[in-house]
Amino acid sequence: MKIKLHVWRQKSRTDKGSMESYDLDNVLPDMSFLEMMDCLNEKLTADGEIPVAFDHDCREGVCGMCSMVINGEAHGPKAETTTCQLYMRHFADGAEIYIEPWRASAFPVMKDLVVDRSAFDRIIQAGGFISNHSGPKPEPNSIPIDPQVAETSLDAATCIGCGACVAACPNGSAMLFTAAKASHLGLLPQGQTERYSRSQTMVNQMEAEGFGSCRNYAECEAQCPKGISIAFIGQLNSDFLKASLVEPVDRRGKMESQ
Amino acid sequence: MLTLDSKIPSGPIKDAWTKHKNDLRLVGPKNRPKYKVIVIGSGLAGASATASMAAMGYQVECFCFQDSPRRAHSIAAQGGINASKNYRNDGDSTWRLFYDTQKGGDYRAREQNVYRLAELSTSIIDQAVAQGVPFAREYGGKLANRSFGGVLVERTFYCRGETGQQLLLGAYSALEEQIAAKQAKMHTRTEMLDLVVVDGKAQGVVVRNLETGEISSHAADAVVLASGGYGNVFYLSTNAKGCNVTANFRAYRRGAGFANPCFTQIHPTSIPASGDYQSKLTLMSESLRNDGRIWVPRDPDEKRTPSDIPEAERYYYLEERYPRFGNLVPRDVAARNAKDVCDNGLGVGPTGYGVYLDFAAAIADKGVDAVKSKYANLFEMYERITDDDPTKTPMRIYPAVHYTMGGLWVDYNLMTNIPGLYSIGESNFADHGANRLGASSLMQCLADGYFIIPVTIGDFLSRHEPGQYSTENEELKQAEAAAKDQINRLLSVNGSRTTQSFHQELGKIMWEHCGISRSEESLKEGLRKIPALREEFWNNLKLPGAANELNQSLEKAGRMVDFFDFGELMCRDALLRDESCGCHLREEHQTPEGEAKRDDNNFSFVSVFEYKGEGKEPELNKEKLSFEALPLADRNYKT
Repeated sequence: MKIKLHVWRQKSRTDKGSMESYDLDNVLPDMSFLEMMDCLNEKLTADGEIPVAFDHDCREGVCGMCSMVINGEAHGPKAETTTCQLYMRHFADGAEIYIEPWRASAFPVMKDLVVDRSAFDRIIQAGGFISNHSGPKPEPNSIPIDPQVAETSLDAATCIGCGACVAACPNGSAMLFTAAKASHLGLLPQGQTERYSRSQTMVNQMEAEGFGSCRNYAECEAQCPKGISIAFIGQLNSDFLKASLVEPVDRRGKMESQ
Repeated sequence: MLTLDSKIPSGPIKDAWTKHKNDLRLVGPKNRPKYKVIVIGSGLAGASATASMAAMGYQVECFCFQDSPRRAHSIAAQGGINASKNYRNDGDSTWRLFYDTQKGGDYRAREQNVYRLAELSTSIIDQAVAQGVPFAREYGGKLANRSFGGVLVERTFYCRGETGQQLLLGAYSALEEQIAAKQAKMHTRTEMLDLVVVDGKAQGVVVRNLETGEISSHAADAVVLASGGYGNVFYLSTNAKGCNVTANFRAYRRGAGFANPCFTQIHPTSIPASGDYQSKLTLMSESLRNDGRIWVPRDPDEKRTPSDIPEAERYYYLEERYPRFGNLVPRDVAARNAKDVCDNGLGVGPTGYGVYLDFAAAIADKGVDAVKSKYANLFEMYERITDDDPTKTPMRIYPAVHYTMGGLWVDYNLMTNIPGLYSIGESNFADHGANRLGASSLMQCLADGYFIIPVTIGDFLSRHEPGQYSTENEELKQAEAAAKDQINRLLSVNGSRTTQSFHQELGKIMWEHCGISRSEESLKEGLRKIPALREEFWNNLKLPGAANELNQSLEKAGRMVDFFDFGELMCRDALLRDESCGCHLREEHQTPEGEAKRDDNNFSFVSVFEYKGEGKEPELNKEKLSFEALPLADRNYKT
């Protein structure tokens, strides 16, 4: 196959950046998209040019590192598929492919296709956990969990934190990511104690990071490589509303003052 | 000569860990914030250790090369995690999990460590459930179990095919909680380049910021390496692309003993490489062998599609060679036979390195829907990668490097022979012997991180005044200078070959000479080829970009430097271990069925290598293994 690539090149955070074009021959249909990118980089290196920087690691669709907008869609044209699990057979011979980084003000570009997603970590720090110390814990079977509930919780927990939802959203909103974590924990009995405070602290952090607001475009669900449902956004909104109707409780502050 | 004091507690194995814990010195809660600990790696071991120690009050700083600690390769573990809960009432116990693990490791592990692992297994499940890990449940809401290879009980806990992901997210959320509480600090996109040893004690690390290229050093009271395995020395493996041996190997160069480097687990059923551009391999669950028949065409020049090849012209080599076990021979035997038929020109697929795994017979017998429903997610994954439907045409499979049992030598406290340097998870050698049982790696990482290191590190720290480190000393500056010097050397070679092409060639050498089966002759040849390739690397490397920027080519080249030296060490260990055991098959030592034949009289020891300087042969040290609780027996999975 012959492919014409248009790739976003940007030297650093402060560089303006631009699209550059490259022709690539000898692309094989059984190559993964990232193996095609490897070939491009080998060629650029051989030609004395600087290879394209892109994030990738497990190449099995689960680490969430790879992050390319391909022909305008986060992770490319195939539904429920990360960039690393996309194959060149999904493109026609002679195709022109446009490759861009995630575009969102909360995800600044560091170089070429590499973006800074540390905002996601800070949203988790704001409450995406069940407070715990390591050590002896109650016998798990003493708290039975309806398998249906456990499955729904896992549907949410399966989020790989790649950021495709943000890249897909016209508003650059991180609601699907935030809702997936809040729902994963909020559905389980262990997560009840902090359920409502969590919905507030995580949403507040999300807004502080500069992510946009959710307007139910549902592009996030359509482009999510793990097919996470926007129904979880509904659940987060409901928890957030309930939490805002009662006096906020500062558990941590009280604990620490004791 | 290294001093290898394993610090194994005396007395009966069942009480060893409890007794040991009671004997350890502790650091009081008021003093813990005075101590600083560095953790390298944020996978199951690193994240759980950081979160646990931070929650106790220590200042902990964790480093990972990914953009978030949640991305470490533990996330890709599919199958599950073992724990001897005995929920199925099928006779499971701590003892039985200990027995299965020790037998699976072919008696090349330290039995007290293995027993402790089995003992802690149940607490890991409790801890994970408390964090909100959504394990599979039965109708009544109790935890579900499934069985896994090599055992006779159902003790594996799972979350669909993403158990590693969910357990890592549990440890990651605990870590983020501690970061929010300002107890822990995370350095992402930061790679360890060297260990700093002052007066014989580990006192810090030299790291590179992968965005700015800045080299800096961080000092601490203790350093914990949780940097994973070294399967990527083979270039193609099921490891993530970034997995590397640098942190461990640099510690080795600074004096830490490297134990059993040749023990590499090779999984028999992965999707084969489809061409030279292949960048990594993807595992397919071994359970497929229950319903698939493995074959290759008898004619090396066969060009027909598999369904057109008549029965008589198919070579069901496992069924013919092993009539009793057929397609269900043990992992290592299946892997070796696949390589054998392919080396003889009978392999299938574009590269000739693949064999068919055919479900036609099972489909004819049980119906397509029954077979499909049993393996739905695997068939879907296979089709996604290869574009072939396994219900219509046979799958192609080939063995792949998966896990490495070797690692830094550690004592019972998980401390290396360098005081203050610990190694946990896949990066140490401690628990899996010469082969690892399925669903045991997650268990080991979390036992180390949640329950062992938080206690044992206190024993070391309590014997030292806190804060006895400095970022100003000579050793630190020298290590920083050496790291910068290596980068400059790499950038100034100005040759014509890329790191990837060197890595691919080294991978082929390792696979050929130190892979599925090894022999004296081939290992010696490997030991001749590696230095020649390394020399070419240093004379002909083409490395674009600069040192002070985000430069992924430079990251790869730096890791490559250590893969060369480490590959040599692996071959050396495989050559010295003149027996077969577990995954390590020396062609000179096998049973008539092609299984590993141990030599307990001469080789029931841990090989621990000591670095002797650039270009010098490392020295072999031995830790003699004793088998008191569980006497040596043949590793027999047949009767």
